[in-house]
Amino acid sequence: MSATETFYDVIRRQGITRRNFSKFCSLTAASMGLGATGASQVAHALETNPRVPVIWMHGLECTCCSESFIRSAHPLVKDVVLSMISLDYDDTIMAAAGHQADAILQETRQKYKGKFILAVEGNPPLNEDGMFCIDGGRPFVEKLKEMAADAMAVIAWGSCASWGCVQAAKPNPTHAVPIDKVITDKPIIKVPGCPPIAEVMTGVITFVNTFGRLPELDRQGRPLMFYSQRIHDKCYRRPHFDAGQFVEEWDDENARKGFCLYKMGCKGPTTYNACSTVRWNDGVSFPIQSGHGCIGCSEDGFWDKGPFYERLSNIHQFGIEANADKIGIAATAAVVGAMAIHAGITAVGRLRANGKPHDTPPSAPQK
Amino acid sequence: MDYAKIADISELKGQIVVARRTVYVYQAPVRIWHWVNAACLTVLFITGYLIAWPPGSLGGEASAHYQMGYIRFAHFAAGQTLAVFFLMRFVWAFFGNAASKQLFWVPVWKKNFWDGLWNEAKWYAFAVKFPRQYVGHNPLAHLMMFFVFTLGTVFMICTGFALYSQGAGEDSLWAKLFGWVFLIFPNSQDVHTYHHLGLWVLCIFAAIHVYAAVREDIMSRQSMISSMISGERQFRDDKV
Repeated sequence: MSATETFYDVIRRQGITRRNFSKFCSLTAASMGLGATGASQVAHALETNPRVPVIWMHGLECTCCSESFIRSAHPLVKDVVLSMISLDYDDTIMAAAGHQADAILQETRQKYKGKFILAVEGNPPLNEDGMFCIDGGRPFVEKLKEMAADAMAVIAWGSCASWGCVQAAKPNPTHAVPIDKVITDKPIIKVPGCPPIAEVMTGVITFVNTFGRLPELDRQGRPLMFYSQRIHDKCYRRPHFDAGQFVEEWDDENARKGFCLYKMGCKGPTTYNACSTVRWNDGVSFPIQSGHGCIGCSEDGFWDKGPFYERLSNIHQFGIEANADKIGIAATAAVVGAMAIHAGITAVGRLRANGKPHDTPPSAPQK
Repeated sequence: MDYAKIADISELKGQIVVARRTVYVYQAPVRIWHWVNAACLTVLFITGYLIAWPPGSLGGEASAHYQMGYIRFAHFAAGQTLAVFFLMRFVWAFFGNAASKQLFWVPVWKKNFWDGLWNEAKWYAFAVKFPRQYVGHNPLAHLMMFFVFTLGTVFMICTGFALYSQGAGEDSLWAKLFGWVFLIFPNSQDVHTYHHLGLWVLCIFAAIHVYAAVREDIMSRQSMISSMISGERQFRDDKV
């Protein structure tokens, strides 16, 4: 694993022709939505830039991000892992284990100080001094801070690292926090999703590797090229939404016809992700195409914005099953009832005073 | 005016007639804004509720209908109209009379205000026989107007435009102006939830507002409803 070896060197060694390399560059440039000169920029970068060392750490997580990542089709994950980047550490898929693996972390930190990318899958729990996630005999949060201090940039894989996800859902006993709560001095690219789409993950890595800088991010730190539109904006069922054609029950005729799942609690209108354009498993399908509403897995705190199958979210401060309508209607009824009683007392007072002459009011108009 | 003659007529019916003082309090821009705002709110309540709970599904081809589209259009159009008029109403506060400024500030530092507030609360609790009379809002109304109506409307305008910006796109003017809302509520589902809760807050406000206006018109010896049409407040004291 030489530090000066470029992507181009590696693929030529593997027997890939110059022609195929050019094709790859064009396709990658097109998939990232780059302009006419994009392909040559990609080619130039891959020919000259040394492969970027990547450290992939795992905190509290379920490994669904890794599972998704290894299914990337464009580019194939083998191209990313074996050629494009230098994946120096990933405890789930690396050959080394134990002290040998740990040694790589220290070696990378020293050798590529300020030059490697730290990819974080999962998040650190802070409760009990981080004892809920021990990695190599130390709390994960310590290791994470140590590695982040020397990294060039940090990628937050998935909703765990970006927002907290299931382990940070109420009541969050381990006090799990998204990584940007403990890494505050490095640029962080958030790639949320549970898991994120494979092509989005490899796309982000390809971009950073190609241009040596972070992609353009939105206010919340997500790459605009994949997270600037909602599922709803590009959903193929959107015409049914605009027309007012909804699935009313899971087994009704409308469900069979593929009408909009809005009334079934689809979170497409509030979820920023690329599912409705990139789709999953090499573009085969995505949840809505399979007849199930979006659950909003790439959004902040999505576990606490349930139910998944109702349009309005619960507001737990007002009881476990309360939502904006239940609270609003109850409050309106209470107020209208109080006004009716008030009006009744007023009327009775007027009737009782009837016949008597008006008293003189005590005061003149006031400013 | 020939009071003697009027007195003669009223004497026929056995009633007492008095001269009443009127004050011009609600200037034309305030009145126009009030009724445009009321109309917008009505449209927004109905269409807002229908956006959360769309009517029953339509059959046939999607291309034959645009029901949800029309409902949302009415909501957006009414919302933008409300916002523009609210902005103009705010600007008018700098040029209008004292009553036109009351919507945007509460004189919490004045003892007079708290004293009047307490008296008004007692009036509604049937503990005093007469309310005090005010040219503009009474202190209780003043407080409600500012904290429920004004702040509530500002909240609804900000969250409403933020939600609108999601459809308009990340690079739209609306996203630039109101995108900060999503830094407070990173998951826009929360913005939907609170915007919907805001619907009910303003709905309850409207109900109390109408009740209080009707009741005060009858009970408080000063005109309310006609004042928002003519602009003039009449003080119905027997003695001036």
